[in-house]
Amino acid sequence: MDILFVLVPLSVLMALCVLGGLWWAVYRGQFEDIEDEGRRILEDDQ
Amino acid sequence: MSVSNIASANLGLVEAESESLSSSFYDDYAVRNFTIMAVVWGVVGMMMGVIIASQLAFPALNFDTAWFSFGRLRPLHTNLVVFAFGGCTLLGTSFYIVQRTGQTRLRFPLLSRMVFWGYQAIILAAIISLPLGYTSGKEYAELEWPIDILLLIIWLMYATVFFGTVAARKMKHIYVANWFYGAFIIVIAILHLVNSMEVPAELMKSYSAYAGVQDAMIQWWYGHNVVGFFLTAGFLGMMYYFVPKQAGRPVYSYRLSIVHFWGLIFTYMWAGSHHLHYTALPDWTQSVGMVLSLILLAPSWGGMINGMMTMSGAWHKLRDDPILRFMIVSLSFYGMSTFEGPMMAIKTVNALSHYTDWTIGHVHSGALGWVGFIAMGSIYYLIPRLSGKKAMWSTQLIEWHFWVATIGVVLYIASMWIAGVMQGLMWRAVNSDGTLTYTFVEGVKATYPYYVVRVTGGALYLIGMLMMALNVFKTVQGGGVVDARIAAPSPAHA
Repeated sequence: MDILFVLVPLSVLMALCVLGGLWWAVYRGQFEDIEDEGRRILEDDQ
Repeated sequence: MSVSNIASANLGLVEAESESLSSSFYDDYAVRNFTIMAVVWGVVGMMMGVIIASQLAFPALNFDTAWFSFGRLRPLHTNLVVFAFGGCTLLGTSFYIVQRTGQTRLRFPLLSRMVFWGYQAIILAAIISLPLGYTSGKEYAELEWPIDILLLIIWLMYATVFFGTVAARKMKHIYVANWFYGAFIIVIAILHLVNSMEVPAELMKSYSAYAGVQDAMIQWWYGHNVVGFFLTAGFLGMMYYFVPKQAGRPVYSYRLSIVHFWGLIFTYMWAGSHHLHYTALPDWTQSVGMVLSLILLAPSWGGMINGMMTMSGAWHKLRDDPILRFMIVSLSFYGMSTFEGPMMAIKTVNALSHYTDWTIGHVHSGALGWVGFIAMGSIYYLIPRLSGKKAMWSTQLIEWHFWVATIGVVLYIASMWIAGVMQGLMWRAVNSDGTLTYTFVEGVKATYPYYVVRVTGGALYLIGMLMMALNVFKTVQGGGVVDARIAAPSPAHA
């Protein structure tokens, strides 16, 4: 099962990218006032 | 715009080039064409499904030919419904949503046009090469290496346009739908690149870079994540935009949608090995796949409930809005199939269900119920807006489409559930002396009536799709090409 030596590191790398993305989103203020963001799309096509 | 008009239309680049004039409008060239082609490929792909379902019930319909046989048309069916119908819907809606939620024009107009035409070229290549017998033999990745390379190039262009537009957004926040589409685009690129590693032997023949169980593991890491990121994450992006828009209400809990996103993408990628229970794959790998599949139930149902509850206080709208009904029924199928999936990933359940038609029923509850219905709801939302009309040509026809398709799905999955459980029980039945109670062909014979019911269900679903095609044709007929004006960012978010 040598393939696991490819798939496991690849999956760990992808998981780290996911965590990195979450980190970026949290600390760049993506989630500051989030309930408001849900309402905003209702006004975007007038 | 009719199909023939698409071919003859100029690429809309003239307007695109005069930036100063057009920068206050959205660029919907690719959105419009992808949406129309989604309907066209939907009809063709579902017709292919009805043909192969009929071949299983009535084998004479293979006509003793190679190119029209089940073995060659089945991959054509899956490629057409998943990558042509599903893909065109995904690419079109992503270009629509990323512009609206960012209140900005699509970046790289030339690239976006190349993405549309290149993607259609790939679909045509599949329609020609698969019946001719050119296949790499990997499920959902059958296309041979030159087409694989073309797909990778087109996909990178797509990523450039999408992420370029995200970067050009007019406000700080990136709406949750874009996160789902973004994950879909990145992960599909990685999956395609890794799984399609192959050694070309000649122009249309290659050998996989992996062998035996290694190849199987890569294949199902790919196959499962295609379901997770192509047929789930991408369509969830669609759900998180079009359900609130059609219901006229914000998503029930925006907070939950964010938890849904991160939970889903983190959990999905570890579950692929549940496709290989009781094979040569190491036992612990199978168990990891099973446990992670069970955990996957949590984010999936969180998202399903979130979509459903978006209707709270607006349930009455379901009475006379068939488009909204498409979307809500799609969510209930999403809930059903994401419950069924983890259950089937449990090894003891899988011992009964694996290799039976139960799996086919499960896939179609997700594909026809969830993916198909949310795509249809979104297309019905888009078509009038893209062609400058107030509504679809006939709401009554959408109503008919909804009911015909719903009955079709129910017939399809119920017949496959019964057939699957019956097959599983017949295969495992042993006499007291240890011999098998039933020969394999007895199981096939017992399945026959369910195969006929399945054809009926599939045909109803196809008839619904034909109604949609007529409705779309009548709606866009004679209409001009209308590009909507970009809404001014509200001061609070600018």
